[in-house]
Formats: sequence, C-alpha cells, structure tokens
Amino acid sequence: MKASQFKKEIIFPVLLSIFCLFSTASFGFEPSESDSLHTKSETGQVEHISKSGDVDITKVAFEHILDSHYWHFWGEGHDAVALPLPCLVYSNTKGLQFFSSSVFEHGHAEYNGYTLVDEEIITSDPNEKIYDISITKNVVQLLLSSVLIFWIFVSIAKSYKTTGVTSAPKGKQSFFEPLIVFVRDDIAKTNIGSKSEKYLPYLLTVFFLILINNVLGMIPIGANLTGNIAFTLVLSTITLLVTSFSGNKHYWGHIFLPPVPKPLLILMIPLEIIGIFTKPFALMIRLFANMSAGHIIVISLVGLIFIFKTLWVSPIAVAFTLFIDVLECLVAFLQAYIFTMLTSLFIGSAVADHNEDGIHNADDDKITTTH
Amino acid sequence: MNNLIILGSLTTPGIGLIFWTTLVFLLLIFLLGKYAWKPILNAIKTREEGIEEALATASKAKQEMQNIKADNEKILMEARNERDNLLKEARDVKDSIIGEAKSKATKEAERIMVAAREQIQNEKNAAITELKNQVATLSIEIAEKILKSELSSGDKQKALVSQLMKDVNLN
Repeated sequence: MKASQFKKEIIFPVLLSIFCLFSTASFGFEPSESDSLHTKSETGQVEHISKSGDVDITKVAFEHILDSHYWHFWGEGHDAVALPLPCLVYSNTKGLQFFSSSVFEHGHAEYNGYTLVDEEIITSDPNEKIYDISITKNVVQLLLSSVLIFWIFVSIAKSYKTTGVTSAPKGKQSFFEPLIVFVRDDIAKTNIGSKSEKYLPYLLTVFFLILINNVLGMIPIGANLTGNIAFTLVLSTITLLVTSFSGNKHYWGHIFLPPVPKPLLILMIPLEIIGIFTKPFALMIRLFANMSAGHIIVISLVGLIFIFKTLWVSPIAVAFTLFIDVLECLVAFLQAYIFTMLTSLFIGSAVADHNEDGIHNADDDKITTTH
Repeated sequence: MNNLIILGSLTTPGIGLIFWTTLVFLLLIFLLGKYAWKPILNAIKTREEGIEEALATASKAKQEMQNIKADNEKILMEARNERDNLLKEARDVKDSIIGEAKSKATKEAERIMVAAREQIQNEKNAAITELKNQVATLSIEIAEKILKSELSSGDKQKALVSQLMKDVNLN
C-alpha cells in the first residue's frame, strides 16, 4: 500500500510536467521561415555551420538523437557520407509507395508531391493523408539488432544441444547465461513469484533488446533507438497490456473497489484508473529521457570545443565525455534492468496472491462483503 | 523557440517507428521464445537440477562414507573388545584350570598319603602280628626242643627238678 502511494506521489507531478511539455511543444510555437532548422548554403546543401563559423550544437545534438531517413556516417554538406534509406509511404489517395530517400536530395527535391522537411515527409496535396512507415535509421537499427539478438541467442541455444547441458558454458554462452539467469531469478522470480515462467520470454526479449540497442546507440554512428519515444511507447504499451490481461481479481478489486471509506471512492477510483496508465507511462518516459539525455550530454560536451572555438578546452571536453561515456555504459545496463524490473513488478502486482498477507486478507474480505 | 520545436518532435512518437517496433518486437518475442528462450531456459534448468542432484548425491555419499567409517570404527572397537574379552576369559579359564588342577592334585596327594599311611600302618600291624606269631611259634618250638633235649634222660630230668627245687628253695 505504501509503495503504491509513494509511486502515485511521484508519478503525478511527472505526468503534469510532461503534459505541459506536450502542450507547449504542439500548441505554443509555430514554425516560421526564420526558425527553420536548417540553414541552406549557396549550393543548397544542409549545413550546421553558418557563415560566421558558428556551429549550432543544439541542432547537431538533436539531429543525432532524432530519427532520420538517412544513415549519416560522417562529414558535412558535400562531403557527407550518408546512406539513403528506403521510404515507405501509405497514402489514402495513392496507396502504398516505395522509394529511396535519395529522391529528396537531402530535402531539396520534391518527389511525387512529397517533400522532406525536418526529417518529415510532407505532402503538398491538402486532401491527401499520408502515413510515413519508412525504414528509417532507427528501424534499420531495430532490424539489425533483432537479427543480432536472434543470432546470439539461437546460437547459444544450439551450443547447449551440441556441447550438452552438463558442460561449463563457453564464449557467448558464458557472457549471456549469467544475464539470462539474472533476469530469470533476480528480476522475474523475485517480483512475480511462482508464475514468472510464463512472462520470461517477454521479459528476456525486452531486457536484451533494450540492452543491445542501448549499447549500439553509444557507438558514434549508431542510432538512438532506445531514446526514441515511439520505441519506448510500444514497449510500455505491451507492458500495460500484459499487466492488464494478467491482472487477477485482487488487482482489479484494488482498482475499482479500493479498501477505503466509501466517500473516498469518488477520489480513489479515478486515481487508481489513472494509476494503471501512469505506471507504463513513467516506464516510457524513463527510458526515453535517460538515453536521450545521455546522448545530448556527450554531444554537448564535445560541442564545447566548437562553442569556445579553442582547442584548449578539448582536454576538459574529452575527459568529461569519457566520464559520461563510462557512465552511459552503466546506464545502458541499468535502464535495461530498470525497465525489465519495473515491468515484472507491475506484472507481479497484477498476479500476486494476497493470501499470505494478513492485512490484505482483511481488505479482501471487505471487498467480498461489499460485493 | 527553435529548440522547443525540436523538443516537440523528440516527444512525438512517429507512426512509422511505432509500426515497425510493434511488428519486429512481437515477431522477436515469438521467434526468440520458440527458438532461443525455451531451449536455453530448459537447458539451464536441466543443468541446475543436475548440479543440485550431484551436490545432493555428493553430500549423501559423504554422509554414507562417514557412516561407513563410523561403522568400521565401531566394528573395530567391538573386535578389540571381543579379543580383550576372549583373552581375559582364556586367562581366567587357564587360572581356574590351574587352580583346580592344583587343588585336585593336592587333594589326591593327601588322599594317596593318607591311604599309604593307612596301608603302611596295616602292613606294619600285619607284620608285627606275623612276627609275634612267628616269635611265639619259634619260642614254642625252641621251648619244645629245649624241653625235649633237657628232659631226654632221667638224670637230666632229676637235675632239672633239683635245680628247680634249688631255685624254689632259694626263693
């Protein structure tokens, strides 16, 4: 009871601030010509460097953490080495279309009535509604990491068959097996209990997908998939669905008939219902914000060199970047752990039997009598 | 303002990535669940059970070893005690046999002595009696012979009677 109250206290301000953030972002400001994200050079190439030689670090940072239709490796302007990625657009008038993002020529050309503005495909036809389901940088990394995870764990599964279960683990097996056992014993079993085995495939997949993508995101050319809110939204939604569908009568009883004096029910029931959604919502924000923040800090620290326009600041910038990078290594594991742990905690609270707990038993009796 | 727009695009989930993430993630759960997690978790479980079993067997074997050792010691101790008892018994038996033999021998010797003494006494008595008889016989014979010779003539008879008369007179 105390833990859930404590969570509610934390979640509510977070929720409020996020709502404020959304509202200011979507309603408060309208993009204008002068606020355009990219300054265009004479050659028509997108550049981060203005004529005076200033570098817009904010823009660089956000370009790094946001999704893109190109996989940019290095270089600027003409010298940029970037891989154009395939675009998939579903339109209500033109149907499903498939083309390379190179047709936009980095936002300067129009193709089939579409233009690429700030990494967003926009149609010139006002009657047309389009859904951009392109294979963006993040999607490519998602696919690559999925293939990587599949290869790693299927080959581990095979090595059990070839070397037998009694021999000591070797290679990949010896690195990943403790992690699997950790997820199984310390995350799933401690939080869910005896029913944990059913949820293990989900928990293990979530843990390793987040972990591998956190690590891949730290590589300079890697994509910031786990710091993308769409990715964390999907994962937390699945957590919400899993929790809700596995909730037993105690769980729903606490939500719709919490053991409080009857007048308080007017207040408690809406709060409890909000609580169902705030838990995975916090999960979504936590992972997204942590990973994005880490990337922004690293780029900002490197950007100090360009802001101060002197090499003398580089030792400090490099030292701090190294420190943050090491911290990010920890965060990569920590966030994967926290996401999985909280997911199993939510599932655990949904499937828990309160029979062992005397206090809950009394509460349950109250519920049954009011029924 | 510029930055807030970027922040807006940062916090707005893109439909494309939502679509792909859902698709890929669900597919990944299904595929990994079937081809990776199930065999891996089963293998780990089997191994853990194997290790647990091995440990249990080892401790059981250790216990058994200890039991056997204790049993052995017990048996050894019993054997030692048995031997000691046997030796003691033997010694006792020996002592008793010797004692018995001694007492028996003493008794026998005493009996023999007594018997011998008795016999000797008897023999002695018999010898004495015989000697007495023989002495008596001899004395009678001698007396007869002497009488015969002494009284063979009338002179002699007269001499003897006078002698005897003389003795009587003297008395």
